[in-house]
Amino acid sequence: MTARFYGVELSSPLMLGTAQYPSPDILRDAVQAAQPGVVTVSLRRESAGERAGQAFWSLIRELGVPVLPNTAGCHTVKEAVTTAHMAREVFGTEWVKLEVIGELDTLQPDVFGLVEAARILSEDGFKVFPYTTEDLVVAERLLAAGCDVLMPWGAPIGSGKGLNNIFGLRALRAHFPDVPLVVDAGIGVPSHAAQALELGYDAVLINTAVAKAGDPAVMARAFRLAVEAGVLARVADPMEERDMAVPSTPVAGKAMLA
Amino acid sequence: MTHTPRILVKGAGVAGMTAAVTLAERGGVVTLYEPGGRVGAGASWMAGGMLAPWCEAESAPPEVTAQSVDSVDWWEAHVPNVVRAGSLVLAPPRDSGEIARFGRRTTHFETVDGAEIARLEPDLAGRFHKGLFFADEGHVDPRKALVALLARLESLGGKAVFSAVDAPDDAAFDWIVDCTGLNVRQELPTLRGVRGEMLLLRCPDVVLHRPVRMLHPRIPIYIVPRADHVFMVGATMIESENAGGMTVRSMTELLNAAWVLHPGFAEAEILEMGTGLRPSYPDNMPCVVREGNHVFVNGMYRHGFLLSPARAREAADMIFGNSVGKMLGN
Repeated sequence: MTARFYGVELSSPLMLGTAQYPSPDILRDAVQAAQPGVVTVSLRRESAGERAGQAFWSLIRELGVPVLPNTAGCHTVKEAVTTAHMAREVFGTEWVKLEVIGELDTLQPDVFGLVEAARILSEDGFKVFPYTTEDLVVAERLLAAGCDVLMPWGAPIGSGKGLNNIFGLRALRAHFPDVPLVVDAGIGVPSHAAQALELGYDAVLINTAVAKAGDPAVMARAFRLAVEAGVLARVADPMEERDMAVPSTPVAGKAMLA
Repeated sequence: MTHTPRILVKGAGVAGMTAAVTLAERGGVVTLYEPGGRVGAGASWMAGGMLAPWCEAESAPPEVTAQSVDSVDWWEAHVPNVVRAGSLVLAPPRDSGEIARFGRRTTHFETVDGAEIARLEPDLAGRFHKGLFFADEGHVDPRKALVALLARLESLGGKAVFSAVDAPDDAAFDWIVDCTGLNVRQELPTLRGVRGEMLLLRCPDVVLHRPVRMLHPRIPIYIVPRADHVFMVGATMIESENAGGMTVRSMTELLNAAWVLHPGFAEAEILEMGTGLRPSYPDNMPCVVREGNHVFVNGMYRHGFLLSPARAREAADMIFGNSVGKMLGN
């Protein structure tokens, strides 16, 4: 029941980032344990030049998982567009996770630059996965710019704070019932990922929570189980919350003592 | 071994120099060959020189610590100016959670408060309130250490060739020990380069007695004091084989960390900006493999000064028959 992203059904609603692991071997172990639908890879900082990242990129390709290149670390429209073009060349994919960072302390997206870059790239044939906030108006603009997927943050990148604005995320889901939505950034522990899927999100993107865990492969497996739980919970149609207790065994007809 | 082995060691970085000296000490007739013209023509020249087996456990596998606990002893026995003053791990107040994480993943430290930090490093008094002190660690100036190892090799009867014009002929040797890092990618195809950038600053206004690691969730940086008020600030870790000059971003990060550690660094003189590529295997673990009479000591990653004594011993054990060793391709 995985959503289709630009017509492609992913094998798992888990998207896994490839930065910050202790070694490429540990990254590979984590990917095997997570069995993600895609892996994301940064082209700007990690490569610092056109051909200089080849050794690491080959390792990424050898993982055998579809690659979603990203523009992490870009602060302007021009940087992001240039990086996306380089990504298309290097990985032979039109998919790009678009990040245009607007503020250094929170690494929150510059939504104005994001919309502009999304329009430029979409017109050029890219399939854009924009890293955005939960703002409905920005979401509308991104869709108008050509995006068919939205990736709102849960919390600032690398903060591990989980889903900071449940109401906003729920509103976004309700407002765009047919748009594939991915919670990107801020997920710290597997329960956050399960929660996002229970809210009806189609996927989650995780990097730091796995890469910086004491044992990345074990944490990767924990996330795989969590997204499976989240998907199953949604399929199973959860019960409604209530303010009062509802006994699971009927009390009518029972002897009431005292 | 029926005769004294004639050994050619290629590469005069930290892997080559420790191997050459160790082999000469075991009785080999050692020729060192480095076409780069001098010792440390590669990444070793840019190293931090921290001898920190326990700090490294934060991100490295337990073998790194296990195989390097006697590394400080080896260096102390072989080169002058090894400092055994421990290492200090600090974080800016808003990232103090990083201290707890570092502590969970490491051992052999004591947690220190502001008063203890001030006692260890008086210049940092009042600036930090919590840290970790790894008392048993040490540090060394990598450049002086490599030069000292060359002198030691020569005193043991070893010969050094620093010009491609006089390149020794492999056929004249019983063993070839190749320590040339990324130059042997044909033979060791899983090697890759991991870019690192560092700065040398001169700052008479600040005195530190030991390496200080400044934790930060994205930009962990260390500062190692050298003689004559010089400090090494390093080092970035970037999955890139671009060996070009330092970027503005990296420079800003390194300088910011120094400034946060002590505002006196604002007036420091920038002596040098360095970039190097760390030869690394996919597990980021240094490794010794052999093929016939060729022994490859490579993949030192960020553990060159820490792990090269142990790897040199391994290479020597192969050559002097104490162990068969790991074969290339296995």
